[in-house]
Amino acid sequence: MQISGAEILVRCLQEEGVEFVFGYPGGAVLEIYDAIFRQDKFKHVLVRHEQAAVHAADAFSRSSDKVGVALVTSGPGATNAVTGIATAYLDSIPLVVISGQVATPAIGLDAFQEVDMVGITRPCVKHNFLVKDVNDLAATIKKAFYIAQSGRPGPVVVDIPKDVTQHRAEFHYPDSVHIRSYVPATRGHSGQIKKAVNLLLEAKRPFIYVGGGAVQGRAEAEVTELVRMLGVPCTNTLMGLGAYPGSDSQFLGMPGMHGTYEANMAMQHCDVLVAVGARFDDRVISVPSHFLSRPKKIIHIDVDPSSISKRVKADIPIVGDVKLVLRDMLEQLKQSGGKPDAAALAQWWKQVEAWRGHNCLLYTPSDELIKPQAVVQTLYEVTGGQAIVTSDVGQHQMWAAQYYKFDRPKQWLNSGGLGTMGFGLPAAIGAQLANPNAQVACITGEGSIQMNIQELSTAKQYHTPVKVLALNNRYLGMVRQWQEFFYGTRYSESYMDALPDFVKIAEAYGHIGFKVENPSDVEPVLREAFSDKLKERLVFIDFRTDQSENVFPMIQNGKGLDEMDLPPHMRDIQQVPFENNRDYGNMC
Amino acid sequence: MRHILSILLENEAGALSRVVGLFSARAYNIDSLTVSTTEDPTLSRMTIVTHGSDEVIEQITKQLNKLIEVVKVIDLNESEHIEREMMLIKVRALGKDREEMKRMADIFRGRIIDVTEKTYTIELTGTSEKLGAFIEAVDRAVILETVRTGASGIGRGERVLKI
Repeated sequence: MQISGAEILVRCLQEEGVEFVFGYPGGAVLEIYDAIFRQDKFKHVLVRHEQAAVHAADAFSRSSDKVGVALVTSGPGATNAVTGIATAYLDSIPLVVISGQVATPAIGLDAFQEVDMVGITRPCVKHNFLVKDVNDLAATIKKAFYIAQSGRPGPVVVDIPKDVTQHRAEFHYPDSVHIRSYVPATRGHSGQIKKAVNLLLEAKRPFIYVGGGAVQGRAEAEVTELVRMLGVPCTNTLMGLGAYPGSDSQFLGMPGMHGTYEANMAMQHCDVLVAVGARFDDRVISVPSHFLSRPKKIIHIDVDPSSISKRVKADIPIVGDVKLVLRDMLEQLKQSGGKPDAAALAQWWKQVEAWRGHNCLLYTPSDELIKPQAVVQTLYEVTGGQAIVTSDVGQHQMWAAQYYKFDRPKQWLNSGGLGTMGFGLPAAIGAQLANPNAQVACITGEGSIQMNIQELSTAKQYHTPVKVLALNNRYLGMVRQWQEFFYGTRYSESYMDALPDFVKIAEAYGHIGFKVENPSDVEPVLREAFSDKLKERLVFIDFRTDQSENVFPMIQNGKGLDEMDLPPHMRDIQQVPFENNRDYGNMC
Repeated sequence: MRHILSILLENEAGALSRVVGLFSARAYNIDSLTVSTTEDPTLSRMTIVTHGSDEVIEQITKQLNKLIEVVKVIDLNESEHIEREMMLIKVRALGKDREEMKRMADIFRGRIIDVTEKTYTIELTGTSEKLGAFIEAVDRAVILETVRTGASGIGRGERVLKI
C-alpha cells in the first residue's frame, strides 16, 4: 500500500524508536505535522524557538544514549536551527534534524520561505541530505540515523521538500545500511596498543587526559579501570566531566583555561600523556608550542583520525572506538604482567599533592555578598551530587564545572565547543524529558537565560520541573572579566542594564520564582526548590551574586599551562620552576 | 610544498561543493582542481593541486577522508606519478608571426586546432611547467586568451587508485 512521504517519515521515526521530536510547525512541514497528529507512538514537543528545539533534542541525546530528533520548517525555521546544529557539531552529539523545504518545482526560484538548508548547514553537520524523491525517503532517514550515531557522532540534516511529503510510495524501512565510502573505525591497532602499554609501564610521570569522546563513547568504566589499575592521576576536560568520577582522589580537576593548578601543572610536566577521546583544544592546552616545550610522549586514542595530530603530534596514535581500544589496552596490561614504576609514581604523586595542596579553587567566603561558587557548592550538597546539570555560557559555566563534582558521564551538559548562550534552559527541558525522575538544574546567567527565556513556556506546557539557578551579577560576567584583565576595565557593553524582574517573569509563565540577595538564604531556598513540595514545579531562582567575582585559575591567551593567573592566595608561588631531577616535594 | 591529491568520491550532487567547502572553511588553498566521472559512473575522480607543510597536507587528507562521499584519497607526491594539464591558447597570427607561431607550436608539440585570418588556437598538453614555459616563450602581446584545465594526475606503473 502506498502512503504519503509524511507518513513514511513518521513510520521511519517509529522504526528508530524515537520517543520525542522537538519542533515547531510551519508551511513546509504541515503534511508531516498532520501525520504526527494521526499517530501516538512518539510525542512531539512544541518549543518556542527552533534553536531551542535543537538544543533540547541535543540534550535529550547528551543525557541518554539515544539520537535526538528535531523538526523545523523551511526558511526561517531552518536558519533558526543552525546555531543548535553547530552546537551539536562541535560537541559531536548524535542528532537528526529534519527541515522542511519548499516544493521541488519551486527550489532555486527564491520562493517564499526558501533557503538552501543543505548549503547553509554544510560546514556544521556531519552530513546532510536533500530528499528529492519520495522513494528515497526511508533509506535516507535510515542512513541519517546510522551516520549520526556511528564513528564520531554528529548532527545530520535531512531537508525534505513539501511535495515529497505529499507524494506517495510503498513504505520499506531497510534493516541495515552499507555506505561504501563511510567505514568508521572500531578496534584499535593491536601493535600500537602494545606500544602504548609498554610506554605507560615505563613512565615516571604518567597522566591521563580524558575528553568528551569518552563520554560519547560510554568508556567511563574502562577509563576508571585504567586510571585505578595504573594508580595514576587523571583529568577530565569540560566535555569529559564525569567520565572519571569527579569526587575521586585520583582526579585532579579540569584542565585548561579555567582548569585547576594541579591538572595544568600535571599536563605540562608529565612524561607520558594518554589522551582519551580528547582533542588538545585551544581552551585546554593553549599554545601547542608551549605545551610541547616540556618533552613528553603522547598516546592519542580517538575514533576520528583527523583529531589525531591536528594540534599536537602524537607519538603513538591509536584510531578506534575509545571503549574498545581501552578494553584491548586493559587486556594487554593484564597479560603483560608488568607493573608501573612504584617508586617513580610515589615521587610523582608527592609532587601532584604539593600542587593540589595549594587548593586553587579556594575563594573568600562572604556574609554579605553571595559568592557564585558557594551557590554551585550548595547545589552539589543539596542534590547529593546526583543532579543532571545544564549550563549556559560564561562565568557561571566555569564555576559549575569547577565546583560541582560530576561522578558519572552524561550528567553535565553544556555547550563546550561552540560556547552557545541560550543552551541551558532548552537543554534542561530535553534532559528532564529523557530522565523524568532525575533532578535537573540549569545553572545560567542573567545574560544567557535571556537568549532563550521563552522556553519557560515550553517547560510549563510539558511539566518539566527543572530548577533554574541564575547567577545574576548584572554583567556579562566573562566579558567583564576579560575587559577587566585586558581592556583596562573599560566595560564596553558588558553591563546588563534594564534587567527584568525574573521572579515576575517566572510567575508570568506559571512557575515559581525566588530572588535571593542574602548568603544565608542560599541553602534554604535551594532546599525548598528541590523539596518534595516543589518536585513538580519549575523553580527560577535569581541569585544576586557578588559583581566583582572572577573565575580563577585562568590562562591568558598565548600563555602556557604553567603560566596561570592564580587566585590571590597563590600569587606568590606563580614563578617557581619545576625540574624533574630535583626532589618534587620541595618545588612548590 | 606543492602536493597533488587524487580523490575518488561518490558521483552525487553536492559532493564537489563539500570538498571545495572543506578547503575554504579550513583556510586551505586550492591551486587547481579537475574533476570528472570515471569508467564507473557512480564514481568521480578529482585531482587537487594544493600546497602546505606535511602537517597541513596530512590534515587535509584526513579531513577529506572524513567526508561521507569521499571513498579514497591519495597524495600522488608520495610516489612516482604522471601529471598532465591541457591549455587552449588563442594567439594573434598575422604576417611573419604566422610562421613563427606555427614553429613554436611544433617545438612544444602543440596542435593548431582552429585557424582564422588573424588567429591561431593552439592545444597544448603537458605539465603545468611546460604550459607555463610556452606562455613565457611567446610574445605576451600576441596572446589573446588562455584556458587551462588544471592538472590531472595518475600514479606510475602498477599503482592504481580504485575501490
